[in-house]
Amino acid sequence: MAAEHGPTAGEYIVHHLTHLQNQKPKGVLDFSVFNLDSIFWSITLGVLGCWLLWLAARKVTSGVPGRFQAAVEVLVDMVDSQAKGIVHSAESRKLVAPLALTVFVWIFLLNAMDLLPVDLLPVIFESLYAAAGHDPHHAYMRVVPTADLSVTMGLSLSVLLVCLYYNVKIKGLGGWVHELFTAPFGSHPVLWPFNFLMQIIEFVAKTVSHGMRLFGNMYAGELIFMLIALMGGAFSLSATGIGLAIGHIIAGSAWAIFHILIITLQAFVFMMLTLVYVGQAHDAH
Amino acid sequence: MEVISFVALAAGLIIGLGAIGACIGIGIMGSKYLEAAARQPELMNELQTKMFLLAGLIDAAFIIGTGIALWFATANPFLAQIANLPK
Repeated sequence: MAAEHGPTAGEYIVHHLTHLQNQKPKGVLDFSVFNLDSIFWSITLGVLGCWLLWLAARKVTSGVPGRFQAAVEVLVDMVDSQAKGIVHSAESRKLVAPLALTVFVWIFLLNAMDLLPVDLLPVIFESLYAAAGHDPHHAYMRVVPTADLSVTMGLSLSVLLVCLYYNVKIKGLGGWVHELFTAPFGSHPVLWPFNFLMQIIEFVAKTVSHGMRLFGNMYAGELIFMLIALMGGAFSLSATGIGLAIGHIIAGSAWAIFHILIITLQAFVFMMLTLVYVGQAHDAH
Repeated sequence: MEVISFVALAAGLIIGLGAIGACIGIGIMGSKYLEAAARQPELMNELQTKMFLLAGLIDAAFIIGTGIALWFATANPFLAQIANLPK
């Protein structure tokens, strides 16, 4: 990386945890900052996911399906049966079931970026960046978009918007406002502020935990991959540390295999919670 | 120096306490799942989906904690704050 000296462990981690941004954030919350790497990778993988599913749909046959078609059918069936169990309105399912499928496929692909070697894409980007005549020290690139809080909170906020839309659509604006003020405790006027407060807390907690759960899992996973990579890096610096190289391979493989479970599970959990929240929007209290 | 040792202790506590909670939770859920599957094997597939969903939910708080603790341990944000303090 650096020409004069290798980065220390802390520098390596910080470099890998810095986004490629259009400008430095001025505070914790700065809406004029764009994480260009997250945007690029999420759009690329979204297009890839759409293309894969379109490919399956284009060649679809009612005869004996090929392996690819069978896999996509299993996936669509799985999402459809989950949606049927949770969202009972058939009309809403026309939008919600494809939404859930999109969420699942997209988040799975975004999470799967974690399984690429941590330094592969950043190093390629760094050499391109240097070839374009920039300082390679500032070639930041994070390849796992779901390890970016802006992406996961964006997803969970979109789910919140869908929930609000269905609340208004199913119950009517008046019915929903009525529910906001009367729902958990009762319709006595004294209880209105408490009911309203509880409803607001519920919406905020649902949305924040929805986004944070995905972010936390992917962030921790990414960080552990980096620490494992550091272990391999320490091997190349010491003459006797062959144990570190073996440890690197064992730990890397074990964590990668375990991570296959985590990325699928988190994509599944995000999809299921999307369905559950939209289903809740259909229940009248 | 004090900051470094406190952060190391904090990281250990975050991971350790989180792990206790998550492991007890997963253990109880796993045992109940096995009991339920032994009693009514025909419900196994349905329960399995729900069990994995809950495993994801139970694990989340712990993994978020682990992520934060590892971030503290490897790229300590408090040291930068101390460097910026007026002397």
